[in-house]
Amino acid sequence: MSTKENIFKNLIGKNGRALGSLGYFIILMLVFLIGAPEVMMRPNLHQSVFVMLPVIMFMVIPLVFLVTAGEIDLSFASTFGLSAYIFALLLKAGLDPLLCILIGILSGAVVGILMGCLVVYGRLSSLVASLGALFFIRGFLFVASDSKSISFMEISDHWIYDVLVGKLFGVPMQVYWAALFTIFSYYLYRKHVFGIHIHHVGDNPDSAAQMGINVNWVRISAFMYVGLGAALAGIFSCLINFTWWPTQGFGYLLLALAAVFIGGTPTWGGVGTIVGAVFGVGVIAYMEVGVVAMGMSGVWRQFFNGLIIILAILGHRFHGGRVR
Amino acid sequence: MSAIIELKNVSKSFGGITALKKASIKVDVGEVVGLIGDNGAGKSTLIKTLVGVHAPDDGQIIIRGNEVKNWNASKAREAGIETVFQDRALCPQQSIVWNIFMGKELKHRFGFIREKEQVREANKLIREIGFTSKLIDAESPVGNLSGGERQGVAIARAIYNNAELIVLDEPTTALSLIETQKVFDFVDNVKKSGRSVLFIGHNIYHVYDISDRFIVLDRGEVVHQLNKNDIEGPEALMKVMKDAVSKH
Repeated sequence: MSTKENIFKNLIGKNGRALGSLGYFIILMLVFLIGAPEVMMRPNLHQSVFVMLPVIMFMVIPLVFLVTAGEIDLSFASTFGLSAYIFALLLKAGLDPLLCILIGILSGAVVGILMGCLVVYGRLSSLVASLGALFFIRGFLFVASDSKSISFMEISDHWIYDVLVGKLFGVPMQVYWAALFTIFSYYLYRKHVFGIHIHHVGDNPDSAAQMGINVNWVRISAFMYVGLGAALAGIFSCLINFTWWPTQGFGYLLLALAAVFIGGTPTWGGVGTIVGAVFGVGVIAYMEVGVVAMGMSGVWRQFFNGLIIILAILGHRFHGGRVR
Repeated sequence: MSAIIELKNVSKSFGGITALKKASIKVDVGEVVGLIGDNGAGKSTLIKTLVGVHAPDDGQIIIRGNEVKNWNASKAREAGIETVFQDRALCPQQSIVWNIFMGKELKHRFGFIREKEQVREANKLIREIGFTSKLIDAESPVGNLSGGERQGVAIARAIYNNAELIVLDEPTTALSLIETQKVFDFVDNVKKSGRSVLFIGHNIYHVYDISDRFIVLDRGEVVHQLNKNDIEGPEALMKVMKDAVSKH
């Protein structure tokens, strides 16, 4: 084998999962383009997708860290609502919007830390513990808000609205922020000691502990990052809609998780890809509109969503199983 | 000679089962200590306590004359103690580089990794310990390596950090004859460089060959300690071990 071939093989081997996700995204877009060329060529369709896509990105990217660490979190869909609620309440109380945002983000991180402590020190399965937290936090929101939404149209006059969710060159500002967040996360994941320890803990927690890595702290901080991302998503969602409502974010639960796995991060921990997750989010964001664009009635939507998810995950099997 | 590490009256139990009972051992600078005992004698527990993986229930851990509280694996590595664990403590899905630097990464400020330097150092180490396969480079996953090569990665990690004491827990288990010889050569080199080794093995011939001093462990207690010049040959060592255990 020549070195050139080797380098090429290596490149594919190392990025197989991310490239696979890119492949699914391209295939999906081609199918929609062929199925509904007129609709898919319309710029306003893409604009509408790009309004909410960044919100999903804020949730999904941190989930890649957590899944790589060998854990899972469902509670993020409620943390989304809780942090957004805190943001909305503080805003209504007349606090400076920037401060409201910072406190909102902080609250998400705190919920993440608590979630992590519950799993680590309570020695609970993260799936079950976070399922409990998902309903608990959402239940709290219903009770606390008396199931009433909060609207704040006045925010659109504040400078922070333009900076966070205004438009730049015709593209929603949240796209830039999500891109910045994703790039930062990519470096954190691949080039920073935090991300590397996450890989070690997810791969073999005993080995990591024997090498002096603080496994508990790594796990808790991964949960914290998920909480922080969920809070960002919740606050951006509030700003985009000028409203907080009691079920806000709940619908993203399964879609965000699906994006992680379609993105090529496997369930077993130790490996994952941020770049793949970006395409995973792309698949999720477009499949909703695409199926309808192709003229299928709304009742078919979930059916096709499911089909797309299963096919994508089946495809990832061919990138090789787990190395032991 | 002064001790690098000393354990004094260390006890450890796991849910009612006593694994270590007031065990006291020390390792001096530049010596190779062989720890022997039957299966279940507490060898692995003693080692894991010594290197900070298990926290002792009771007793003292003294590093170069100073007692250390809240002993843990991270502190052990900072104190210059590196371990080649029985299970090798590797992450099979991660690259050789990431495994070699696991827990002791070369960092810039703010915790970003000095990636190029790590790869360069890892490639150098791989050559030093003699990886035979040319296809292996530092960025391939450990999961693709053979048992001997994995042991090589674990040993490379111990060398890189310039440890003053290297603990080898059953390092020759499941290795071929040639690979075993490589491990012995490695121990010899460490000794020549003036550093210390704590060697755990259940093959008494292996332990006899490379150690200067022996510690016999039985049911969590240190039952005998002797120097190599007190006995003649591995058979004599075996007899001493049996006698010590039967009296206990």
